[in-house]
Amino acid sequence: MHIVVCIKQVPETRDVAVDEETGVLLRDGVKSIMNPFDLYALEAALRLKEERGGSVSVISMGPPQAEAVIREAYMMGADRGYLLTDRAFAGADTLATAFTLAQGIDKIGEADLIVCGLQTTDGDTAQVGPGIAEMLRIPHESNVIAITGVTDSGLRLERDSGDSLDTVDVAFPCLITVTKAIGEPRLLSFRRKLETADYPVVYWSLGDLGENEDSLYGLKGSPTQVERIFSPPTQSDQEMWRGSGSELAQRLLSKLSDLRFVGGMRHD
Amino acid sequence: MIKVNHSLCTLCEICVGVCPFSALMREDDKIVVLDTCRLCKICLKHCPENALSLEVTASRSEHNLADYSGVLVVAECSGDSVHPVTYELIGKGRELADKAGEKLSCVVIGHDIADICDQLLEYGVDRCYAVDYPELAQMRVEPYTNALEEVSLKIKPSIVLLAATPTGRTLAPRLATRLRTGLTADCTTLEVRNGSELVQIRPAFGGNIMAQIVTPKHRPQLATMRYKVMEPAVKERKPDARVETLQLLANQLESKAQVVKSRRKPPEESISDAEIIVAAGRGVRSEQSLAMVAELAALLGGQLGVTRPLVENGWADYTRQIGLSGRTVRPKLLITCGISGAVQFTASITGAETVVAINSDENAPIFKNAHYGLVGDLNEIVPALIDGLREV
Ligand SMILES: Cc1cc2nc3c(=O)[nH]c(=O)nc-3n(C[C@H](O)[C@H](O)[C@H](O)COP(=O)(O)OP(=O)(O)OC[C@H]3O[C@@H](n4cnc5c(N)ncnc54)[C@H](O)[C@@H]3O)c2cc1C
Ligand SMILES: Nc1ncnc2c1ncn2[C@@H]1O[C@H](COP(=O)(O)O)[C@@H](O)[C@H]1O
Repeated sequence: MHIVVCIKQVPETRDVAVDEETGVLLRDGVKSIMNPFDLYALEAALRLKEERGGSVSVISMGPPQAEAVIREAYMMGADRGYLLTDRAFAGADTLATAFTLAQGIDKIGEADLIVCGLQTTDGDTAQVGPGIAEMLRIPHESNVIAITGVTDSGLRLERDSGDSLDTVDVAFPCLITVTKAIGEPRLLSFRRKLETADYPVVYWSLGDLGENEDSLYGLKGSPTQVERIFSPPTQSDQEMWRGSGSELAQRLLSKLSDLRFVGGMRHD
Repeated sequence: MIKVNHSLCTLCEICVGVCPFSALMREDDKIVVLDTCRLCKICLKHCPENALSLEVTASRSEHNLADYSGVLVVAECSGDSVHPVTYELIGKGRELADKAGEKLSCVVIGHDIADICDQLLEYGVDRCYAVDYPELAQMRVEPYTNALEEVSLKIKPSIVLLAATPTGRTLAPRLATRLRTGLTADCTTLEVRNGSELVQIRPAFGGNIMAQIVTPKHRPQLATMRYKVMEPAVKERKPDARVETLQLLANQLESKAQVVKSRRKPPEESISDAEIIVAAGRGVRSEQSLAMVAELAALLGGQLGVTRPLVENGWADYTRQIGLSGRTVRPKLLITCGISGAVQFTASITGAETVVAINSDENAPIFKNAHYGLVGDLNEIVPALIDGLREV
């Protein structure tokens, strides 16, 4: 079985600030890590490989320093790593990212299963996984919390659909996005670190992918455009209320109803 | 795109015959693929020479904006119940459609959904499209995406709204990718300008920044919207509101995934995932007062949380402890009662969206972490809250 895992390098902290004047993210000095959900995606793939044999490839789209997450994946047990890196890929939204990764996965070839994290800590969209599946026209399941069976032809898995937990059989080739319930990722092994130090990482740029037109990738290939970013309105709307117990209670109840915590029917 | 390898092709025309969309044609000595191709891949399976293959392609062109108009809302239902977020989508959709002077449609996918469609017509939608088949009784990504694609191609909406629920978040990117258009996740604010240009605001980096996003050159503009951030639709039936049924072909109902079993989730027990938490601290001096705080939590449909001293007293179970040596919580609403706000506690509530603090000491540090600080005695405030909630 050949499994491809999509991994992304993200800033270590979500505590990023915005330069109010330029609207630019201040990322200076922020360390980078592998997107936490992607560690779980890789773990799920490694466990399947241990059970069924085969190999695990990882793929990432990002700047050259994203090689660090591929090295990390090697230390956990991945066999091959691919980095899609090119100036033309920069500024991609989820459609352009899914397109670029799908082309990369197509080029790697012969994937029975593609595993993604549920979402990233920076983009936070959960859109890239399903987008890749659609680009490749294969089935996908999101929010997978457990893989309970695997055969030559497919997987049996549990998905969290919000209101219900569903058992689903899905045929290969397919894509899944996993939550943290899938199982704790293993630690990096020092032995693996030594063993994999000279593993090569395959670099692919624009010219290596099917389409050689830079207008299809990155910012230019992205239907969505970020017009501005700004800090959320914060504690400036912090209020101190004084009064008798019943006054305070009344005021809080009407605030909770404005915020729709009371009155409406809650569902999820 | 479907690609034809002309050197392998023997012009047997089997593919032309099997294509349900009449998208393959023989033109002189070549098989050509027309725009009506839906990439169903049936032809791939039938080609004896393996001359057909699927090519991963991006959208080549921008869309002609003038061809698109109106708002389409994707209803979320399971079985015969409608998720309440649907009414919020319709409420927002109506507002956007009115501002743009366009129509509001909704689509319901499932089986035996006539009642749901009738019900939704009462909430200001102009058209309700029903896609009703036994194969759609349970959510399966491929046929559901096919259904959404059909409606989108039929009515060419300018805006499509889906719920940012697990189901909405799995279908929306599938649809957006199929239509090769933009999708903005988890929007908290949606407005239109210059007709029907959608201005979308969403949190990123776990809410630390907000982004304003537009989809200038592609249609439809897709957005998923969080539950409980917008006003639900008001009841009003449009004079010519009606249901239209949409047909799918047999192969559009096929899926490589089968739902074997589906179980309703038990109500959430863990405070880590609770959306509403009322937390009690040492200011709650007796077990009776604690029971009162627990009642408040229950009336709000939430969970009880506590600080460490209460666990040490044996008044509450360790699983309810919030803090460094307890659980991290990220509820939409947190109300603290008699909690001072020691850093070991506050470190674990940074993900809470709205924090209300009740404390008799106006200098208590917890007020620095609260959006609404109520300076007063919890033994007066909490019972008054309970009385008020029992009335609604
Ligand atoms: C290593 C370590 C780990 C820890 N981990 C945790 C942890 O996981 N979770 C945790 O909670 N703590 C933890 N603690 C303990 C923490 O530091 C605090 O001691 C604890 O959170 C304080 O709880 P409290 O706010 O309920 O009590 P107090 O600090 O005693 O505060 C009680 C508050 O109630 C107010 N009050 C009194 N009467 C009333 C009234 N009638 N109406 C309204 N307000 C009233 C008072 O003004 C006061 O502000 C930890 C400590 C250490 C050292
Ligand atoms: N640039 C990227 N490179 C590799 N994988 C990615 C990239 N962006 C997103 N992914 C994958 O898609 C998942 C969802 O990402 P997102 O849609 O950004 O929340 C991640 O957990 C990854 O598995």
